[in-house]
Amino acid sequence: MSTARQMDQIKGGVHTDVRHDSAVNHVTGRSVFIDDMPNVPGTLHGALVKSPHAHAVIKSIDLNAARELTGVHAVLVADDIPGRNDVAPIFEDEPILAKGLVEYIGHPIAAIAADSMDIARAAASMVVVEYEELEPVLTIDEALERESYTSPPQIMRRGDSARGISDAPHQISGEVRCGGQDHFYLESHIALAVPQEDRDMLVYSSTQHPTEVQHGVATVLGLPVNAVTTEIRRMGGGFGGKESQSTIIAALAALMADKTRQPVKLRLARDDDMVITGKRHDFLFRYEVGFDDTGRIEGIDILMASRAGNVADLSSSVLVRALCHGDNAYYLPNAHIHGYPCKTNTVSNTGFRGFGGPQGMVAIETVIDHIAQDLGTDSDDVRRANYYDTGDRDTTHYGQKVTDNIITEIVDSLSREIDYPARKAAVAAFNQENTILKKGIALMPVKFGISFNLPTLNQAGALVHVYTDGSVHLNHGGTEMGQGLYIKVAQVVASTFQIDIDNVKISSTNTAKVPNTSATAASSGSDLNGMAAHDAATQIRDRMAGVAAEHFEVDESEIEFRNNRIYARNDSLSFAELAQLTWEHRVSLSATGFYSTPDISWDDETMTGRPFYYFSYGACVSEVVIDTLTGENRVLRSDILQDCGRSLNPAIDLGQIEGAFVQGMGWLTMEELWWDEKGALRTHGPSTYKIPGSRDVPPEFNVHILEDAPNREPTIFRSKAIGEPPLMLALSVWLALRDAVASVGGHGHLPNLDAPATAEAVLMAVADIQERAGDGT
Amino acid sequence: MGESRKISLSVNGKTYEEEVEVRFTLADFLRQQLGLTGTHLGCEHGVCGACTILLNGRSARSCLMLAVQADGQEITTIEGIAPSEDEMHPLQEAFRDNHGLQCGFCTPGMLTTLIEFLGDNPDPTEQEVREAISGNLCRCTGYQGIVAAALDAAQRLREANGA
Repeated sequence: MSTARQMDQIKGGVHTDVRHDSAVNHVTGRSVFIDDMPNVPGTLHGALVKSPHAHAVIKSIDLNAARELTGVHAVLVADDIPGRNDVAPIFEDEPILAKGLVEYIGHPIAAIAADSMDIARAAASMVVVEYEELEPVLTIDEALERESYTSPPQIMRRGDSARGISDAPHQISGEVRCGGQDHFYLESHIALAVPQEDRDMLVYSSTQHPTEVQHGVATVLGLPVNAVTTEIRRMGGGFGGKESQSTIIAALAALMADKTRQPVKLRLARDDDMVITGKRHDFLFRYEVGFDDTGRIEGIDILMASRAGNVADLSSSVLVRALCHGDNAYYLPNAHIHGYPCKTNTVSNTGFRGFGGPQGMVAIETVIDHIAQDLGTDSDDVRRANYYDTGDRDTTHYGQKVTDNIITEIVDSLSREIDYPARKAAVAAFNQENTILKKGIALMPVKFGISFNLPTLNQAGALVHVYTDGSVHLNHGGTEMGQGLYIKVAQVVASTFQIDIDNVKISSTNTAKVPNTSATAASSGSDLNGMAAHDAATQIRDRMAGVAAEHFEVDESEIEFRNNRIYARNDSLSFAELAQLTWEHRVSLSATGFYSTPDISWDDETMTGRPFYYFSYGACVSEVVIDTLTGENRVLRSDILQDCGRSLNPAIDLGQIEGAFVQGMGWLTMEELWWDEKGALRTHGPSTYKIPGSRDVPPEFNVHILEDAPNREPTIFRSKAIGEPPLMLALSVWLALRDAVASVGGHGHLPNLDAPATAEAVLMAVADIQERAGDGT
Repeated sequence: MGESRKISLSVNGKTYEEEVEVRFTLADFLRQQLGLTGTHLGCEHGVCGACTILLNGRSARSCLMLAVQADGQEITTIEGIAPSEDEMHPLQEAFRDNHGLQCGFCTPGMLTTLIEFLGDNPDPTEQEVREAISGNLCRCTGYQGIVAAALDAAQRLREANGA
């Protein structure tokens, strides 16, 4: 890799604030999302028939009226599927259309292709289904009671937790819950399936996982994988919601296209998107902890039960990540952390930024708060007493040594920067003087593991061509959902060739160009694809260097790529001239690159290993105010210090940190998925489901990237992943709200405040704590 | 399906005479009939703001209007705010330069909303900008880059107008 001096000379190399590659197209309205692609004549539009029951047997389906409607081309049910009705990403038997049994309200039963969406929807309303209703299981508690799971419980164990708890000087136990979260990507799910010769299928899918879409479509159509191509230029947001769920939509579109031999577009209207597709898992946690007089944990038992929904989908993986983050930044000497993916008659929950990690941290941060409450000490002291350290306190409960630990440094640095002790004193003083408004303040440290938990998934491919005019074509398996992956990987290629980034053409992700890819998920996009592209570009550069050495009659070691030129002693060629020369020498200017993350392992049986290549760290302090008469609340200020390693693009990373934090804040404060007693989601649009708006962001919001912190592992240009970790910093907001509520009871009682801490929840928690404080209990 | 009417309207300075179905929304009309796909559909019930266009210079939700209601009116979409094909409006430049976007889906609605706002209030405070875009949802950015872009654009526009 080249030196920093050389990097400075090209435009758009790594470690610079290059703009998003689509910036100009986005602001001029020229960016093409799938729904913007010109319709080929004959393109049909899809609509779905959804179950009105959470749990019922389908007695009969009458499709005749729908089929007879003018403009309808196909009305399809499970029996019409030529291949296998299954798009399960991990397990089996996850149908795209219900097979005799509906398992949630919104479960698709039939797919209709028609000349227009209006006609398709009209036809959908004419499908007559007879049901025999069954008793639904709707909550985590009911499923847990029945031991009904979508996959087997998963258990992490170290030492003797029961002994650790009972032998400790202090014991506590408790329960806390966190809600789910709708992704609310602004672009809802969409796929456009275009039939090709020989039943081949080309699918444009708004997906984070083109390969899984390809597999799902092939399975459903009964075709080999090579008959299906998936392409995606950009998504209007993904956040994990388009990791597995897009396969369902793409497979339905492909099924209709296969039957009609016409292109079919299936776009879910917002309300359908929210009802039909999965969300972040809500969780129930029960804990028992033993600790010493300083609050140091000696033994811990945490039950983590998630609402998986009707099928497994990614729930087992989400659960593993939750279990792996039940420690957050704290050493747990004797631990028993056990997870249960509860099967319920609600939509199957799925990946969402953080992927269980944020939920796991809700549990352990509640424990820390509870310990502090029990001892009557400051929760920050309890945090500090439990941080990972060197020596015998450096290994996680799943057996991974924490070798890159900067928790104390990052927390201390932030604390000094904002004079945290003075801020805490000011909050306490405010609360002394005010009876109606109460403030809260909290610090949240984050340690987040980077890599897919399953080692196999940590691989990526890239394809790079150099043309004879010196322009470069770049392709890789990662997808662009706004996070800036495409520009970061282009920066890597520009730096590798030492050419201006304008010479690098970014192209749509396509399964025919780079095969067998992993989802763009787990924050791993730039780590994996950046390395793969670097590999491809390096191969070509080395070949070009060989040609240049021959041309200049020097040793290859004397060839230097610098600032768009290739130097050999006092001679030089432009990059374009050398590209032409390389072609004339009959040397290939194209290469595929590959990368697999080294030094990672995971044993599914024992739930131990080194699943994470490295950890990402961050810290945040948030200050809030609540109105004890109404429960209304505001975040007044948040200060963030985030580890990005040596950032590939600080401007892009800053946007990731700000966006992730606000999204996390939404999850923990205002975004409430509200299900009625029949299992229907009643908050299925932005009129009732409130994501943060421009005025909900802290008015004082200071975000800093940790400086001089190159990744200790040799990642791509020593950068670190950024997509997910900052979301968990928003837990500081939730903890600060709990602190504000606790102040109502003079900090004598642990608040009963789950997430999301909506105004209503805060008001009830205030009333509850007032009652307990009044009773003197 | 259903009956249609002939409407005449100006879109981005160009006059169109079009036959439209009476139940067709203005958003669908712009996107499907005129091919102006920069106007995006996010929620289709007037809450997210992605479909915001300018109707006689005033911001409006094109998903909540019927195309026939635009008969005789003047519409500006994201495609029409730049002075020419090769130039950008200062607001567009400011969004590009301040990283006021990620996935880009909310961007057109943000810009059209702010065109109207900055016309009314050329020297806004940060709080006023936040109020102005409070009806436009962005799920990616946390709004920081967007607010910075709007304030920067206000300054660029003031300078351009000699203020």
